[in-house]
Amino acid sequence: MPKGDVLESPSPNTVATTHHRVVERHFVRFTRLQRILHICMIVSFLSLALTGLTLKFSYTKWAAVLSHLLGGFESAGYIHRSAALVMFSIFATHLVDLYRLKRKEYGTWRALIFGPGSMLPNRRDWTEFVATVKWFIGMGPRPAYGRWTYWEKFDYFAVFWGIAIIGSTGLTLWFPLFFTRFLPGSFLNVATIVHSDEALLATGFIFTVHFFNTHLRPEKFPMDITVFTGRMPLEELKRDKPREYEALLASGELDDHMEEAYPPIVTRAIRAFGWAALAVGFSIVVWIIYAMLFAYR
Amino acid sequence: MKIQNMAESKMARSETARRKTTPSKGGTRFALLLLPLVAIIFSLCFYPHSVGAQSKTASQSAAKAAAKTDDAPGAECLACHGDKSMTTTRAGKTVPLYIDGKKFAASVHAGFGCTGCHADLEGKDFPHDTPAPVKCGTCHDSEQQQHARSLHGRAIARGDALAPRCVNCHGNHDIVPVRDPRSAVAPLKIPFVCGQCHREGTAVSRNRPIPQDNILENYSESIHGEALLKKGLSVAPTCATCHTPHLILPHTDPASSINRKNIAATCTKCHSQIETVHRKIIRGELWEKQANVLPACPDCHQPHKIRNVFYDLGMANGDCMRCHGDAKLHRGRDGQSMYVNVNEVNHSRHSRIACSQCHSEVNASHVRPCETIMHGVDCTSCHDEIGKLYATSIHGQLVGRNDPNAPTCKECHGTHGILGKQDPQSSTFATKVPDLCARCHREGHKAAVRYVGVQHEIIENYTESIHGTLLKNGLTVTATCTSCHTAHHILPRSDPASSVSPANVPVTCGQCHHGIEEQFEKSIHSRRVSGSNKELPVCNDCHTAHSIHRTDQDGFRLEVMGKCGRCHQQIAETYFETYHGKVSRLGYTKAAKCYDCHGAHDVLPVTDPRSHLSRANVAATCQKCHVGATRRFAGYLTHATHHDPKKYPFVFYTFWGMTGLLVGTFVVGGIHTLLWFPRALQMRRELHAAEEKAAAEFGEFRSEGHHKEDRDA
Repeated sequence: MPKGDVLESPSPNTVATTHHRVVERHFVRFTRLQRILHICMIVSFLSLALTGLTLKFSYTKWAAVLSHLLGGFESAGYIHRSAALVMFSIFATHLVDLYRLKRKEYGTWRALIFGPGSMLPNRRDWTEFVATVKWFIGMGPRPAYGRWTYWEKFDYFAVFWGIAIIGSTGLTLWFPLFFTRFLPGSFLNVATIVHSDEALLATGFIFTVHFFNTHLRPEKFPMDITVFTGRMPLEELKRDKPREYEALLASGELDDHMEEAYPPIVTRAIRAFGWAALAVGFSIVVWIIYAMLFAYR
Repeated sequence: MKIQNMAESKMARSETARRKTTPSKGGTRFALLLLPLVAIIFSLCFYPHSVGAQSKTASQSAAKAAAKTDDAPGAECLACHGDKSMTTTRAGKTVPLYIDGKKFAASVHAGFGCTGCHADLEGKDFPHDTPAPVKCGTCHDSEQQQHARSLHGRAIARGDALAPRCVNCHGNHDIVPVRDPRSAVAPLKIPFVCGQCHREGTAVSRNRPIPQDNILENYSESIHGEALLKKGLSVAPTCATCHTPHLILPHTDPASSINRKNIAATCTKCHSQIETVHRKIIRGELWEKQANVLPACPDCHQPHKIRNVFYDLGMANGDCMRCHGDAKLHRGRDGQSMYVNVNEVNHSRHSRIACSQCHSEVNASHVRPCETIMHGVDCTSCHDEIGKLYATSIHGQLVGRNDPNAPTCKECHGTHGILGKQDPQSSTFATKVPDLCARCHREGHKAAVRYVGVQHEIIENYTESIHGTLLKNGLTVTATCTSCHTAHHILPRSDPASSVSPANVPVTCGQCHHGIEEQFEKSIHSRRVSGSNKELPVCNDCHTAHSIHRTDQDGFRLEVMGKCGRCHQQIAETYFETYHGKVSRLGYTKAAKCYDCHGAHDVLPVTDPRSHLSRANVAATCQKCHVGATRRFAGYLTHATHHDPKKYPFVFYTFWGMTGLLVGTFVVGGIHTLLWFPRALQMRRELHAAEEKAAAEFGEFRSEGHHKEDRDA
């Protein structure tokens, strides 16, 4: 966004372009790479969930229909493994990105891990959790959350953990001949259960708790597109992450993090994608509940 | 053998006579030859003879003297009758009175002398009167009686001059034993003896009603005549063998040896046990007992022309076709067409079978030979074994109960145009069998309507099955209805004798799929191997009965799992808890099905060393799909279930561990969310209020901004 075109700025959060359109300036929360990774993650995760659950719930009519729609079980298997490769790539890219982040912005692993922008849970997360519960039950005010709240950290590590567990067991099932060179054959049975139940946990958690925490809670309803645009209005930053806002304000770095918002056409496209992902997610939740409650074997 | 017995008894009698006359057996022939000779020399020397009545007295007295001095047979008579020139005149004809003394002496009757037969001349003075006719019956009383009852004897009684007497066949003074080749009635001479009268052109053949013609010629060309006359086989049957020597009667006489009822007994005198050869046709004793309904020997083996091939038949087809060749001929009682398309018959399997062989109750002596027919065609007369099978089949049983729906032979095979099942035009040719059976067994038709079992749409299912498809593609050796159900011994599955009863199904399918049957019989599903009393699966339990499909087709591979599960319910359920079962249920045919691991027809308990899943074989079994599979890889629990902590503890505890993790996470997450919800709702309300306020402010700003722009413009 060429800043020289700004004619007049009635508010620090809005700019007028050459076309005299007033453009809001948003706080940048996610980098371009992070946004791309999250989109890839959605596509990959939904593909894995759909194809994997057809197998887990193969006794339901839905599974057979879905498997058929995906081009038969064999092609569903190819989709599953391709999506798994994407997921592994995301994981690897993220690790490389972390390394880059450490080198460019933090210098040391220690700074990265224990700094204020760290994803690692710390003592403050615990106190914030306790304070949050108190707020929930009306015994205190809403805590002033920082850049990453404890539930966001939980989600992040759930994915970390999930990729490790589901990924490793998935590889075992993908290459059973290799793994049974040093593991007993019955480990494949164990791996199957771990893989599928952990996947059930992941899908179930993402499509209910994560969806609520991020998109469906009333003040965000129907969805929060920050993770796609990477930007959030400053008002929202003040409200959601007051501690981060205060810190940025205090350090005077806030303006460095501000960028123009996307035009409505882009946000509309993003919302469409978001809706699709939500719809698939909810359908899967309904299917899981149906399979678990009414058709369980 | 009657004739032989008779001959033997005669011989015995003549032996006795000889023993009476001669002291020792060794000297008998010498004395018989010598004594007349001595007598003749004696008379020539002492009694110069003269011709004429004059010298009679002298020679007669000499004969008397000779008779007194010698006891040579008829020596006294031969004194006169030994003269070749001796004749007399009877009814204006000169009749020779010469008797060959040598021949008489060699005859069986020599011992009785002349008066033994010409008893009326005993003690008569010479010249004696014309002797009375010799009564052979005095000694040969039974033969005489038989002859008197015979055709010949009755003709004599009628005064038929052509009728033969004893002498006409046997001769008179030179009768020798029938075994003696010189005998006039020796077997080799019989055809000529009878032929004296019964050959073409004789007074008898021209003037007497004898239905057969060219008897002697036909006989001489027949297998019997050829053997006797051309090859000198003296035991070959002659005229007398069939017609008897003395009791010759027309075939219409019930007592005749050639009557329809007796002919079998007559022929079996030589062709004993011929019924074993003809069993299919004559069912042993029926041939003799019910010759009226079954063909008798001459129906196929024409009398006098007997050959080991079929000859022209007794009841000529032409006779039948005189009426039945008329296309308009119909039965009076119901108007049914009685037309027979002779062309159809001639091109049928039965082209060499005469009408009367099937329509067997015809009587040739009637003007309408068929008016004596009381019953329908009985195919079992010839097709005896098939008939027996059919009678026990469900079709035959229904016919026995007079069920109008039951098919008889002709419903499937047709009537006059019947063709062999190898003939593509035949209604029973392989490609036509399903349509043939479908006439009754198609859904809604008469057999299908009364059927209460579980098999439906039989014809449609068969047509789409692998067998039906192959048949449609022209493979005639593929299985049709009759291949499994048999053609004639069709029985319901519940009948233990049925070819499709559970116990017999493997054998039935094994007719073609023999290798599979061998495998199956060694498997645990074979009753022999398992020794189980439980109901064991047979071919159709997995492959179905009529809608059999290729086992490598999706349909079969996806259906068969449920089939094993009908008995192995628990183990089949656990199969569906592991990968193979899950993907199979999603329609993935390549995943291992029960039989891919356990074997299909050669399934054995996994504890059996020969099992595909035994310790030694299991890795190789996995390698069929998983190239490079090891024994450790085969340790994968293909039937693992998390419901069985004893058998699969790892699986069980992993499952419950994971379930705990899930439940814990969702409970915490769920409570967190539920608690958050009212607070979030509150926040939303506050936010809306703030937004509305901001919007109001922003609206003011916006309108100000517009004014400014207008000004700039």
